[in-house]
Amino acid sequence: MRIHQGTFSFLPDLTDEEIERQIAYIRQNGWAVSIEYSDDPHPYNTFWHMWGLPMFDLEDAAGAMYEFRKCREAFPKHYIKINGFDPSPMWQAQRVSFIAHRPTQDDPGFRLRRLVWSDGRVQKYGLEPYVEDRPAGERY
Amino acid sequence: MVESKQAKYKKGGVVEYREMGYWQPDYEPKDTDTLALFRITPQPGVEPEEAAAAVAGESSTATWTVVWTDRLTTLERYQAKAFRVEPVPGNPEQYFAHIAYDLALFEEGSIPNMTSSIIGNVFGFKALKALRLEDLRVPVAYLKTFLGAPHGIPVERDLLNKYGRPILGATVKPKLGLSGRNYGRVVYEALTGGLDFTKDDENINSQPFMRWRDRFNYAQEAVMRAEQMSGERKGHYMNVTAADMEQVYERLEFAKEIGSVIVMVDLTMGYTALQSVSKWCHKNGMILHLHRASHATFTRQKNHGISFRVLAKWMRMLGVDHIHAGTAVGKLEGDPNLVRGYYDILREQHVYPDPVKGIFFEQDWAYLPAVMPVASGGIHAGQMHQLLTLFGDDVVLQFGGGTIGHPMGIAAGATANRVALEAMVQARNEGRDILAEGPEILKKAAQHSPALAAALELWKDVTFDYTSTDTADVLPTPTL
Repeated sequence: MRIHQGTFSFLPDLTDEEIERQIAYIRQNGWAVSIEYSDDPHPYNTFWHMWGLPMFDLEDAAGAMYEFRKCREAFPKHYIKINGFDPSPMWQAQRVSFIAHRPTQDDPGFRLRRLVWSDGRVQKYGLEPYVEDRPAGERY
Repeated sequence: MVESKQAKYKKGGVVEYREMGYWQPDYEPKDTDTLALFRITPQPGVEPEEAAAAVAGESSTATWTVVWTDRLTTLERYQAKAFRVEPVPGNPEQYFAHIAYDLALFEEGSIPNMTSSIIGNVFGFKALKALRLEDLRVPVAYLKTFLGAPHGIPVERDLLNKYGRPILGATVKPKLGLSGRNYGRVVYEALTGGLDFTKDDENINSQPFMRWRDRFNYAQEAVMRAEQMSGERKGHYMNVTAADMEQVYERLEFAKEIGSVIVMVDLTMGYTALQSVSKWCHKNGMILHLHRASHATFTRQKNHGISFRVLAKWMRMLGVDHIHAGTAVGKLEGDPNLVRGYYDILREQHVYPDPVKGIFFEQDWAYLPAVMPVASGGIHAGQMHQLLTLFGDDVVLQFGGGTIGHPMGIAAGATANRVALEAMVQARNEGRDILAEGPEILKKAAQHSPALAAALELWKDVTFDYTSTDTADVLPTPTL
């Protein structure tokens, strides 16, 4: 299956040129560019590994592209996303986030565990990525 | 002035409002005053200053005759003061009346109290043919007695893990009659196909054909299955509106127990009930969606009622995370510029007067969280470039018919909307002129999405091009 996290996950994978144009958009808005990678695609996994620090004072998109390519070389078997962070008042939050690299086009997906609760009418749910059965770093 | 007033008290009987201190053309509004702008249509023979003073009087301390008990109070403080009247451009019958209310007049943190004062009695007043509350400037001092939205836009985005694009939703259709199980099927298909949220409609509460508990259970099952099938966070607005607060709390608790991230309420509940639900959502970390059911009965007519921009302010104070605020291009009433004004009021931290958008007052929101506007009703994938241009990223776009009516099925309808949206966001970010190139961008995106191609073909000619009832009083001056 395709993991549909982040903007553009319903479009064909972005080319490097298209990724660079999105980075340019983040930079033009005065937001910081950050690169994060993970091999745990659980939708509630908030804190992916940071590839270095967020880039606050980028002179052009090429600098962030260079870092993205280095991350992709180091972690080809991970998901990599690119974020734009807005430090302005009342935001201080991400404004952009999209997956820029996938370890596979066909992710094994998720197991949905059900626990039937109380009177049999209520269920408790647990979601687990199938890849979680393997150790981190050996999942894809 | 004071002397003449004392004389009036001595004499008793009926005295003109403007002679009792409700008309004060020299009054300098204080930073802590609430300022109201009313559109007044006096009866023939009633002077506009007297009509304005009457509105000030009847929305604060006055009654129809002089009462000696006024003199037991610091009346000057509690009197609302009409301090300016001006003719409405292009409408000889109508006037704008500016009225100031002292901070002491309103109970802290109470929308029911503020509304009982400002719109409580005065709208039926015989000396006026019609009356409309156009805008309100709420002082920072009073705003700080409210908590506002349980989350606000940035926190909701963190909860949903969705950034840099509008949120996509759909209302389950048909509005009435589906069984819980069939209802859940619609939720599952729409969310799996690519929507972020689905929604109960305003009039789906707990009818004989589908009781609320069944709907909640099947909808949550659909949400969890859709998360499994897509790998992204999903939600369904569970409508907890009920006949009494005991049942509302029961439904809220159940929605929380089964793991829902969001609940919804109808405006028909009333302001007190809404404040109670907001408080519960603050306490329980639940996103709160408000459907403005019934608002058009009093917001639509230009000469009488309350402008939606005032209702939007009250709801931002009262504390909801989402509120329906119009589409401009869809099936429901809404002049595009005025709708953009509502969006500014809900989302900005500091709003400046803008006659084109119908905004009369500067409003400092004093760090009250931003509310996510919801555009819903008669919108479809083919309008994506217009919607994104009008409203930007921080909006929920709800395509009900535009998802469920898709010829290839509900999931395909959802996918069509998501593909159209992401293609448009990508193009905008790349610096393209999406308003001009929109149809081309959609056509190109449809090359890799048969679902979008089918949606564009089916709804290509659908527009709702009617003249709005409620419009601004100025026309935008074209710039050369």
